[in-house]
Amino acid sequence: MDRPLTEHIKNDGSPLSLKEYEATGGYEGLRKALKLTPAEVLNVVKESKLRGRGGAGFPTAMKWSFVPMGDNAPPVKYLVANGDEMEPGTFKDRLLIECNPHQLIEGMIISAYTIGASMSYIFLRWAYHLAAKRVLEALDEAYKAGYLGKNILGSGYSLDMDLHTSVGRYICGEETALLNALEGKRANPRNKPPFPQVSGLFGKPTIVNNIETYCNIPHILAKGPEWYVSISKSEGGGGTKLYGASGKVKRPAIWELPLGTTLGEIIEEHAGGMQDGYKLRGLLPGGASTDFLTPEHYNIKMDFEEVAKAGSRMGTGTIIVMDDKTCPVGMCLNLEQFFAQESCGWCTPCREGLPWTAKILLALEEGRGTPEDIDHLIHHTHYMAPGNTFCALAPGAMEPLQSALKYFREDFEEHIHTHRCKYHH
Amino acid sequence: MAKIYIDNIEYEVPDGKNMLDACVSLGMDLPYFCWHPKLHSVGACRQCAVMSYRDENDTRGRITMACMLDANDGTRISIDAQQAKDFRAGNIESLMINHPHDCAVCDEGGECHLQDMTVMSGHNYRRYRFQKRTHINQDLGPFINHEMNRCIQCYRCVRFYNDYAGGGDFGVFASSGRVYFGRSEEGTLESEFSGNLVEVCPTGVFTDKTLHKHYTRKWDLTSSPSICHGCSLGCNILSSERYGKVRRVMTRFNGDVNGYFLCDRGRFGYEYVNDEKRLTRLAQKDNSKGSDVISSVKNIVASNPKMIGICSPRASLESNFMLKQLVGADNFYNGIPTIENDVVNEVLEVLTNGSVKTPSLAEIESYDTIFVLGEDVTNTSPMIALALRQAVKNQPNEKAFALKIQHWNDAAIREVVQDEKGPLYVATPYATKMEEVSTLNLHGDTSQLLNTGNKIHDFIVKGGEHQADDDFAFRVANALTLSKKPLIVSGCGMMSKEIVRCAMNIAGALKSSGKDVGIVYSVPEVNSMGVAMLGTAGSIDDAMRRVSEEKDITAFILETDLFYRASSKDVENFLHNSQNTIIIDSMENESTQYADYILPAGTFAESTGTMVNNEGRAQRYYQVFKPNNDIKSSWAWLDILIHQGEEARSFDTVLGDMISQIERFANIINLAPNADYRIGTQKIPRESHRYSGRTSMNANVSVHEPMPPKDEDSPLSYTMEGYHGQPPSADIPFFWSPGWNSVQSINKYQIEVGGPLHGGNPGIRLIEPNDNGKSYFEIEKNSKNGGKYEVLPRWQIFGSEELTSKSQAIVKRIEESKVSVSSNTLQSIGADANGMITINNEKYSVTLPVYVDNSLPDHVILLPYGLKGISGLRFPFYTDVIIGK
Repeated sequence: MDRPLTEHIKNDGSPLSLKEYEATGGYEGLRKALKLTPAEVLNVVKESKLRGRGGAGFPTAMKWSFVPMGDNAPPVKYLVANGDEMEPGTFKDRLLIECNPHQLIEGMIISAYTIGASMSYIFLRWAYHLAAKRVLEALDEAYKAGYLGKNILGSGYSLDMDLHTSVGRYICGEETALLNALEGKRANPRNKPPFPQVSGLFGKPTIVNNIETYCNIPHILAKGPEWYVSISKSEGGGGTKLYGASGKVKRPAIWELPLGTTLGEIIEEHAGGMQDGYKLRGLLPGGASTDFLTPEHYNIKMDFEEVAKAGSRMGTGTIIVMDDKTCPVGMCLNLEQFFAQESCGWCTPCREGLPWTAKILLALEEGRGTPEDIDHLIHHTHYMAPGNTFCALAPGAMEPLQSALKYFREDFEEHIHTHRCKYHH
Repeated sequence: MAKIYIDNIEYEVPDGKNMLDACVSLGMDLPYFCWHPKLHSVGACRQCAVMSYRDENDTRGRITMACMLDANDGTRISIDAQQAKDFRAGNIESLMINHPHDCAVCDEGGECHLQDMTVMSGHNYRRYRFQKRTHINQDLGPFINHEMNRCIQCYRCVRFYNDYAGGGDFGVFASSGRVYFGRSEEGTLESEFSGNLVEVCPTGVFTDKTLHKHYTRKWDLTSSPSICHGCSLGCNILSSERYGKVRRVMTRFNGDVNGYFLCDRGRFGYEYVNDEKRLTRLAQKDNSKGSDVISSVKNIVASNPKMIGICSPRASLESNFMLKQLVGADNFYNGIPTIENDVVNEVLEVLTNGSVKTPSLAEIESYDTIFVLGEDVTNTSPMIALALRQAVKNQPNEKAFALKIQHWNDAAIREVVQDEKGPLYVATPYATKMEEVSTLNLHGDTSQLLNTGNKIHDFIVKGGEHQADDDFAFRVANALTLSKKPLIVSGCGMMSKEIVRCAMNIAGALKSSGKDVGIVYSVPEVNSMGVAMLGTAGSIDDAMRRVSEEKDITAFILETDLFYRASSKDVENFLHNSQNTIIIDSMENESTQYADYILPAGTFAESTGTMVNNEGRAQRYYQVFKPNNDIKSSWAWLDILIHQGEEARSFDTVLGDMISQIERFANIINLAPNADYRIGTQKIPRESHRYSGRTSMNANVSVHEPMPPKDEDSPLSYTMEGYHGQPPSADIPFFWSPGWNSVQSINKYQIEVGGPLHGGNPGIRLIEPNDNGKSYFEIEKNSKNGGKYEVLPRWQIFGSEELTSKSQAIVKRIEESKVSVSSNTLQSIGADANGMITINNEKYSVTLPVYVDNSLPDHVILLPYGLKGISGLRFPFYTDVIIGK
């Protein structure tokens, strides 16, 4: 089984140095790419059927194709790696950055070359101190080796890359809010259109992709799009995916598996099933802002299409498992308090609706719930539906809640009628 | 035009609009908060949600924010769809969870956009049962009250204050439900336009602190359309009264002048009207010949004495005209110094005989390259500065439009533009606030600025060799030549005829090269232009000379404090030498204590008249209320004296006399309806139909309701009786429409949102460019009249105007009088930065603390215009005598 992204990661968790990375075939993809035209590289990526790994699964090559190219294109373009990774339960990008920073850097250089960017930024979550240190060391090595800076490997193409560490807001993971933060402004999302490909960082054409997305690029270039498509089990996209599981499973971890591995396989085989004494009640397949699935959904493939058909989203592919001894209302409360705190405060539904939702859930947990509360919660899931809010934060926040109300409604009702949470002792 | 469908009805709307704008322009009721006609769309509040449909077969539709949806051909929405209605009601419910239940004690109550929108959305029952969030409020200075608990986070304040008006001391803090709008620390808001927060805020977070001191609900106010008397721009205002006191000033929308906004001098400078130093009674010094003052004055006039009149740029056209009638053209002097009189006459001369158009205040925003010569517009005519701050966005915005970003997509435009501004070039004696948005600046004395101006002119006319890129004149000439629509801004601030001509010459050269060029002059006072057009026999200095030569003169002094305009010594001589001094004015001042007779004049609030602004636009202001004392419009007093009547003739009669005698004023007849105008049979009420307390407000005097006062001078009535539909655009006493109690009701008075008022924006331009006019005016060699240092006025928005600087809130903002010098100058005279400097010329000696301003050339010294201890001083002057301590 191919594990291009993680196979060379060392067991002790130390990062691959430039030499070690080159020994694994590192920067071969870049050498190949620089011999092609940007349009040819774009075509390779298109054939690989690579889809964005940040959660939305947008075809990467299509995203890039909207960047104006040619002589009339703006002279300054930017490329940004979204390493904000603040989605609760998600820790895949951290692994990639901490253990193989050159893979990311190489992917970014190839991507920047494809869109003709002259400046690139790695936007990193505030808490990732170790990753920050290792990225800086790797950037230093890459500059010294001539992979970054002027005239990269004699190709005539120049690119600079810098690290920007966030000050720690979940909303910075939203690509347009990230751009505002990078500009030193309030991290409020922007309206689209105009899309960042047209007016992004400092109003210039900009591509923002997830860390994991960029990490795929060197391998696609090095081994070809056919190989990349062949290692996937999904119809909808190529390659492998970093899946993870947290919660009361036997082996919580991250695994690189073919895109489209089934949910059951991930939980039962890779995570080793539930810990003794715990039963699986539900799971969030791709981070906190996805709808609950239940053991009934074990057979679905973890890819963008099948999870969507089951009423959720693959999101980041990092599963949060809820067992039978954890209160679903309490879990929703925990999540909604997080989302309420992380709202940027720009649009009304999110700014006002999330705190209200969290207060209702807190009341339920503390035994102060009223029979109308369930209707109020349902109202909020409709009120903050996609399209109603300025960005996807609040609709994402409503996904676990709306599915919890569907699958675990009896728990909500019991909280209200018994005025207590039975999971608390 | 685009064909759009709203609830399955087809409409045609102009291209380039968003659907909210389109709906509101079509007169529909669709609630909104964050959108503002001038600030455009950002999609934050989610209140204007509608259902949008792909086509006629799409029956499901999706919730879409109308403000962010293009009104393109085929755009199809529903306002009435239940899903959209439910969303809007839910959104209001959500906004209201933290909004306090304090409408009854909130200053915004009764004219609150949030109240209106809440009712419009249908939300009424609150399901939220948890605690509300609370904030700590800030003291934002004497103008604005801050009550953050009421905030609904529409972000309009910060978008106006920072993005539109260029403020830097205000912002948005924190996130989520804790979002806070205010300053990083308590303190006075620094922007000259902070007062607009009162109108921009949809609820009671930012309210008028001056109103709060004598608070009255909107519906209990008696209001009339008025003109701001604070500077020469003639911004349209609504001023409102109750119990004989003016309560506040608000913006009266005029799409050709100030639009939706006012400066803080204009908004908060009204309080002098209520001052205890107001002259309210007829008075005379000598009661030995009887106590009937007006008879005494009438008798003096009847005795046909030798008379002179000193008229005033702060008095109406009609008042000045009547004074001219009384004393005769040869004896009619302008109550301002010779230099100021000459400079204002020069502005009139170049505008009348020059070939270049002077645009309206609103049009200033449409120019793409600007050169400011000599004028500190932020302090002399603040609203020009606000307009220039918009104009500097024009060229940068083109970049966003090239990316197909819509004109209404405010945040997206700003993203593309970033900090790019201009081009705006500023050449002034000292660093002005315009430099915050300027491309390049130059500081110099009068002759240096003239030389630069002349160089720019020569470059434009003759071309010339490429100069170093940092050569100011070359850069400016280049930018102006490349521009599609250049604008030259200048004025009387430096009190230099040559500067006025030089600015016109640059504009004239651009005009000759085929540019659509404009020229804007700031003139000193509200009716400076009107008086210049009326024509005078000279200045106050000429009048004084005359009186010192012919001692038997009766002097009529109209709305002029002589001590504000001339040196104490000269004034004392003048008063001593004139046989009788009759002062018609509104406030006690140094001059009034010497007057033989005082006739109390109405301020803008107690009089009706016409003012001519800096562009030559005649505008009418109406008396707000009939005071219960002797106060009359100045023209009415003069009319009584001329015609020896018991009562003055009507305003229309006086106006008729004026326009029949002065041809250039003929068009003023069309300015506004005359007093006989009726809608049906009804007058236009100054009070809303909800006005309360009328039967009881005088009950302490008599329980019988008195006969309401009649207004013989205008089509407005002093009561709530009358026609409650929309009046003619010049006669709008307040904005109100069913369901729209706040200032947002202006939408309903406009042909389209942001567009002209129904019936056209009021005001009549009396000066149009002369196509065969001159493009060059000879400049006399600037002759220094001795002295190493040139002393120029430093203009201050708060303080450099006679009457507004007597208003309580403004007084708190007037800075200490200081003399500005560069640190080099300071060193060369051996003075200390914490010390005092004395400046002498032949008539004055001024000693003031030092203010070090290193933007000043070393031989230029500034004294604050009009401030305490400086009044009567003539600028510019040259002196060698400056002594540091």
